[in-house]
Amino acid sequence: MALKKFVLVCSAMACMLIHHSTTAQDGMLSSGEVHGNVQVIAQQYNEDTLIGAQVPPAETAMNAFTNIIYTNGPFSAGFRYESYLNAQLGYPGRFKGTGLGYRFVSYAIDDLEVTAGNFYDQFGNGLIFRSYEERQLGVDNAMDGVRIAYKPYKGLYLKGVYGVQRFDFDNGLVNGDGIVRGFDGEMNLNEFFDRLDTAKTRITIGGSFVSKFQPDDNADLNLPENVGSYAGRMNLSYGKVSLGGEMAYKINDPSADNGYIFKDGKAMLVNTSFTTRGFALSLDAKYIENMSYRSDRDVILTDLMVNFLPALTKPHTYNLAATLYPYATQPNGEVAYQAELAYKFKKASKANSGLGKFLGGKYGTSITINAAAAFGMDSTTLGDVNSDITSPRLGYKANFFSRGEQLFFSDINVELKKKISKKFRFTYMFLNMAYDNDINQGAYTNSGAAVHGKIYADIHILDLSYKLAKKHNIRMEMQHMETKQHLQNWATGLIEYTYSPHWFVAVLDQYNYGNDIPEERIHYVYTTVGYIKNAHRFTVGYGKQRAGLFCVGGVCRTVPASNGFTFSITSSF
Amino acid sequence: MKKVLMLCFLSLMTTSVIVAQSKVRTLPSSNLKDLKGKAVNTAKLSNEGKPMIISFWATWCSPCKKELNTIAEVYEEWQDETGVELVAVSIDDARSASRVKPYVASKAWDYQVLLDPNSDFKRKMGVNNVPHTFLVNGKGEIVWQHNNYAPGDEDELREQLKHLTGH
Repeated sequence: MALKKFVLVCSAMACMLIHHSTTAQDGMLSSGEVHGNVQVIAQQYNEDTLIGAQVPPAETAMNAFTNIIYTNGPFSAGFRYESYLNAQLGYPGRFKGTGLGYRFVSYAIDDLEVTAGNFYDQFGNGLIFRSYEERQLGVDNAMDGVRIAYKPYKGLYLKGVYGVQRFDFDNGLVNGDGIVRGFDGEMNLNEFFDRLDTAKTRITIGGSFVSKFQPDDNADLNLPENVGSYAGRMNLSYGKVSLGGEMAYKINDPSADNGYIFKDGKAMLVNTSFTTRGFALSLDAKYIENMSYRSDRDVILTDLMVNFLPALTKPHTYNLAATLYPYATQPNGEVAYQAELAYKFKKASKANSGLGKFLGGKYGTSITINAAAAFGMDSTTLGDVNSDITSPRLGYKANFFSRGEQLFFSDINVELKKKISKKFRFTYMFLNMAYDNDINQGAYTNSGAAVHGKIYADIHILDLSYKLAKKHNIRMEMQHMETKQHLQNWATGLIEYTYSPHWFVAVLDQYNYGNDIPEERIHYVYTTVGYIKNAHRFTVGYGKQRAGLFCVGGVCRTVPASNGFTFSITSSF
Repeated sequence: MKKVLMLCFLSLMTTSVIVAQSKVRTLPSSNLKDLKGKAVNTAKLSNEGKPMIISFWATWCSPCKKELNTIAEVYEEWQDETGVELVAVSIDDARSASRVKPYVASKAWDYQVLLDPNSDFKRKMGVNNVPHTFLVNGKGEIVWQHNNYAPGDEDELREQLKHLTGH
């Protein structure tokens, strides 16, 4: 105890000394910079039995995040102070308390960079390693350990990572037990070889290896304790044409996700595009087979993910298109395709007439056509792993990149953007979606029962923007969705008034007017008022929010219905 | 013990905040790629003594695209007036990073576009959400920033730019 006190006093003195010397003299810290940001979201809950909104015992919730980064030449250090008092509803409920959620020190000199503590990074597209934060979803698998990045020669980039992953928050960061280590190398041929410096063909190749360690604690199965994975990638561009691809392989990795089968995993991602000024065509394809990869084989949802499997669909932002039937990659297996065509009609010339004159107009018109579909794998089951104890538990055999019969999701959409005059512009969008809810499980009835089978939806969106005067703008959205398999038809209206650069007010009404049950024809009305000054933003929102799947970047979490006030502050300095 | 260390750390921070206040803010170092796969270090971004606009955006962010498309219409004019260069930093991740090049081409933007697929530069710049726009002077110092975009905000940016270049 005495020793502990002694240490405390000593460190306090040392601390004061450093403090004193830095203020008194023009010491090392004087040339440093401190920056950061703050985000606070506080929510107040009211009970609303009609929409199923509940009030937690504390009645309010607050999530707060403050990042501070200190930089002095090659040295930088920082931390993130987090509070979940309590965690907002829909966030992982186990996040609690207040404390340090992230901290690091880093040193970069010449072509070497060393980071100790927490860091985020990804190899290639992230198929075997991606550590990232998606705060709105409560996803944070920050690494905690050491990262070294080194450029030994021009055009050659090497990276090594070694650590554990963030799992939980209990008055501070809580890491998972599994160890993740990996190595990545990338070579830019045009930088590496002098004679290719100005070549029209640009080539980058890369490769990575990642391995995780977790003890085998299973009494029945002999589980692999070290699970390795590797990936190779290439990006090539020749003038207007680009081609990119990555392939990944993982050894057998029995987990809660795949039903503890001893099957290897494969993934492939291909992106191609042809672009010229005012025109772009792109085609993407993706294959995923048993690629869930976590540093703890027994966890599910968004916990302790080592890799990232991007969804190959267009991320939508309009209310009905984004919130009702969003898609996320199926890590156990899928085959997906996407095509997109974008074209900008130039301003009409005097020679144009008819449709050409309309599309061109005074300011031109942009059109984007996008089509995406995800299917199940073409696979054959190999024995019943649960009834036969002697089974090798291989699960199934799948034909590489061959799509199965089952359509998981499809989205075909057309977007037309047109500026009519200096004051008036509009966007029209049409979407046709098919959503297999047995797979995606995002659609529920208002009483919380899961909906079975496929849901088909047609959505029309009209977005009008009118500049009333300098700095004053009014925007209206009218959206309509037609569907027969879930809650029937919906309509959403939005009015947004902005007074640049400081103020905005918006009212949104999402109305389930077509619901078969008259009492459930609910208006979800939500009003937001905001004030912005430079890098500081304050908003207050009030109203009803629908329960549903909330997704960012193809990763989703379920959000419960809520009714009440939300205060939000974001600020950077 | 932990608390003392924390306190020490915080007091160091506050000290340096006070000391740093008189100092200028420069661009942090982050290794990004441009649309041709060429490595670009953000600390070395410069426009030969002329100002730069650094705008964080994503293909899924409508206000971001609105801001950059609006500026695109007057970009030539701004460049003639002030010699400004706009660097559009996309925070699209693996899901939509391949959409960036086609989008930029279809809109015929003349900006320098950089990819920040794991939000490394975004974090170092203290950006909470997109759109977030910075104005950097000819010496590479950040002199102004703005979060959000509403029609008309480009006029304020232009005022700041004119103020900076004395036009």
